[in-house]
Amino acid sequence: MSRGSHSAVAAKRRTHAAVFAALGDATRLSLIAKLCRGEPRSISQLTERSKLTRQAITKHLRVLESAGIVHSVHAGRENLFQFNPEPVAELREYLGFVSEQWDQALSRLKSFVED
Amino acid sequence: MNDRIEKRIELNAPISRVWHALTDYREFGEWFRVKLEGPFVPGQVSRGQMTYPGYEHVKWEAVVQKMEPERLFSFTWPHPKSFDKADSPPDYSNEPTTLVEFRLEKTASGTLLVLTESGFDKLPADRRLEAFRRNEGGWTEQMKNIENYVARKP
Repeated sequence: MSRGSHSAVAAKRRTHAAVFAALGDATRLSLIAKLCRGEPRSISQLTERSKLTRQAITKHLRVLESAGIVHSVHAGRENLFQFNPEPVAELREYLGFVSEQWDQALSRLKSFVED
Repeated sequence: MNDRIEKRIELNAPISRVWHALTDYREFGEWFRVKLEGPFVPGQVSRGQMTYPGYEHVKWEAVVQKMEPERLFSFTWPHPKSFDKADSPPDYSNEPTTLVEFRLEKTASGTLLVLTESGFDKLPADRRLEAFRRNEGGWTEQMKNIENYVARKP
């Protein structure tokens, strides 16, 4: 997936809060699950087999878009939505790093108190 | 996805021993690898210098929150954008912080320590430590994670 420098800069301005908030909803997670299989999808495709209206799905897609988790691409007259893994990956990467530091610190604490 | 880290570790040492290792600033400094200026006092800033090899240039700064003997020790600390020597030192007073809590419980064989660090949702998105950045990729795993999450929370 090629990404321009413009979107990279935009990505930096986003807050983790927006990403967490965007992920904290079952409908949006199910939209991500559909989109992260790879192919960009239209709103109609994403609304199929959903109990929600097209308007409701669109609203959720806009939330994901503003958090940078999906972006829309034009294909002819159609507006397609595509998954962008970067914001979620950045969060996980950072939490993973902090988590690893704690594993090491706690294992030092363990040897320290058990000696 | 969780905005917190939680670790549970069984320590084969009495709760009083663990409490001391956590809250005595010299002992904390030994295992955490930081040289602290003075004792931990709730409501006060704790300052020091990291002694962890390679990070000796990094300042330690935290605000002690709670010290409930043999139960709970907590502090907030900043997550600077970078620990890289080449970058200017972070201004800690303006950095967003996370909350670190150490909870202790007595067990048959010693002490259960539960560590949590929370508040990552308040950190700006660029708060990644460039110096420690891992290689890119892992998208496949990423997507699996999201799918698992969805499966758990239908």
